[in-house]
Amino acid sequence: MRKVAIKEYAYCLNHTPELAYHYGNTPFWERKIKGESEFLLSLSKSIRTYDEAIGYAPNQAFIGGISLEELEAHQTPWYQNPLKDVSRYGTFGEIMPEDEFLGLMDICDVFDIIWLEQSFSKKVEDKLQAHPLMNSSILQRLEKGHIFEEIEKEIREDGAVPLYSGGEIVGCCRKAHEFDECLSSYVLLENIACKAGGVLALLHLLKRANMKPEEVDFIIECSEEAAGDMNQRGGGNFAKSIGEIAGCSNASGCDIRGFCAGPVYALVDAAAQVASGVRENVVVLAGGALPKLYMNARDHVKKGMPALEDMLGNFAVLLAPEDGESPVMRLDAVGKHSIGAGASPQAITEALVYKPLKRIGLGFLDVDKYAAELQNPEITLPAGAGNVPEANFKMIAALAVMKRELDKAGMTDFIKTRGMPGFAPTQGHIPSGVPFIGYACENIKNGKMKRAMIIGKGSLFLARLTNLSDGVSFMIEAPSPAVEEKVETLTKEEVKNTILEVLADIAKSLKGANAK
Amino acid sequence: MDLQNQQRVKDVVEKYGAENVIVILGSSDPEGAEIYAETVTNGDPTYAGPLAGVPLGLAVYHIFEPEIREEVDPAVWEEQMEMMEMVLDPEALSQAVANMREQYSKYTLE
Repeated sequence: MRKVAIKEYAYCLNHTPELAYHYGNTPFWERKIKGESEFLLSLSKSIRTYDEAIGYAPNQAFIGGISLEELEAHQTPWYQNPLKDVSRYGTFGEIMPEDEFLGLMDICDVFDIIWLEQSFSKKVEDKLQAHPLMNSSILQRLEKGHIFEEIEKEIREDGAVPLYSGGEIVGCCRKAHEFDECLSSYVLLENIACKAGGVLALLHLLKRANMKPEEVDFIIECSEEAAGDMNQRGGGNFAKSIGEIAGCSNASGCDIRGFCAGPVYALVDAAAQVASGVRENVVVLAGGALPKLYMNARDHVKKGMPALEDMLGNFAVLLAPEDGESPVMRLDAVGKHSIGAGASPQAITEALVYKPLKRIGLGFLDVDKYAAELQNPEITLPAGAGNVPEANFKMIAALAVMKRELDKAGMTDFIKTRGMPGFAPTQGHIPSGVPFIGYACENIKNGKMKRAMIIGKGSLFLARLTNLSDGVSFMIEAPSPAVEEKVETLTKEEVKNTILEVLADIAKSLKGANAK
Repeated sequence: MDLQNQQRVKDVVEKYGAENVIVILGSSDPEGAEIYAETVTNGDPTYAGPLAGVPLGLAVYHIFEPEIREEVDPAVWEEQMEMMEMVLDPEALSQAVANMREQYSKYTLE
């Protein structure tokens, strides 16, 4: 079995406060049930500007604008201590503003679902033309747009949902069926936003990998959205639809779902395809979850904070056969939470961390960094959900104590050195371990780290099919040292003697043949 | 406490009677544990769910409180709870729930 290299990675955010304000589930249902309530009024005053969003330290850490060490050292609360001199672009990707993202959604729409107003479309086209990754084949998908009256009529009479920029209606997302809820304007908006985020991450990945889109063999998409119609509401296929926009004409693809653990499942699956030789290179990617925007805004507003959940998160990772330079995924130590494993945190941590380590003769202290559920605590703590990554690191440390691999007194140090601050937006599948893959690979390549464990966990009960817990993990390590083949060299004299011996043998055999 | 769980608690109480129901919480933060405990004793403090203005006064405990812990098989406790005992703050969690119980519960295990 071949080893699998993590060749490249890209991480992007889309700052989408107006989509959040209108279509994040919390404000959306508040408006539907109570109208323009007190909460919505307060929320409208808590919205961040684009400059505030790109100056927010965890956002810069997500796109590689600052390191995790810099984030950890940065004064908290992060939202009150913005970074200075920040850029839209980081090492791993970018933070795209909302108007350009609406344009990208129109680019990603192949069924005339998204309508933009003409002057807005032109403005966005000009901006996207300046984008380093938007080539002509992508930009030609942007429509010239519609007159405002047409958009207004679609919203008023045909169930389209309005799209806003600067508080004004600048377009709409139309429904695709008279009564099919799976093709309603809201669901299609959610899916096209997810698709557009996936496209952005893929474009950054291809650039980072210096790879032509045609060179991609297979794409696995692993968000938490469901694309389909009422007869097959989760039919898919986001993956191919994303590859199509990016020009990956030789790739095929499919979607893998597993709630927040989806990306880690997808990576293990993709790695298995590469290791077995079925595919040469596979991209795992996902766009963000529009309904989760402003999910905890009620608590943020109540506590006088800015509404921090205005970012759609997306990522892409490229796997290929081991090349001797890129860090590798260790496939003999994949953590599995089996159906019979149990739902207690202890059982889950044992299945995902202890057992895979034990299988290959390693211990808790052999892993430099653990990455699980990397939600930004500044978002979750005010909502009463605790510091999720810290809770995970505490659980791993506590299990290490129980297994007698760590003294109880060493727990605090273990948590500090082998954990990390949460820096991902609360986008379900996005925080689950994968945001650290980029940092893990960079640190392994520059010799700062030997081994990292990426852990995905999912809340299956949300679908009301089972109360089982879920999770999956894998480790990233440095590539195997290149094996130098020992070549025996021959001297000129030895070659000469060998040739003479062969010629003498031939001469003898010829003599013998003549005698007959 | 989400609206569905509030309804489930309400239904169970209607079926079996408040004096026959004990709520055991496993919340990981004291603030959350306090809100859960308040909801099943004095009613939903957010006035959003089926228990808004419904003071059930149920006997409510956190799993870490001695009354519950002593009932658990030590082997099961070791397998299911020991790790979380190191991770969480059992004292603060127990105190948060006990405070609500002392103020609003009409029933206890005694």
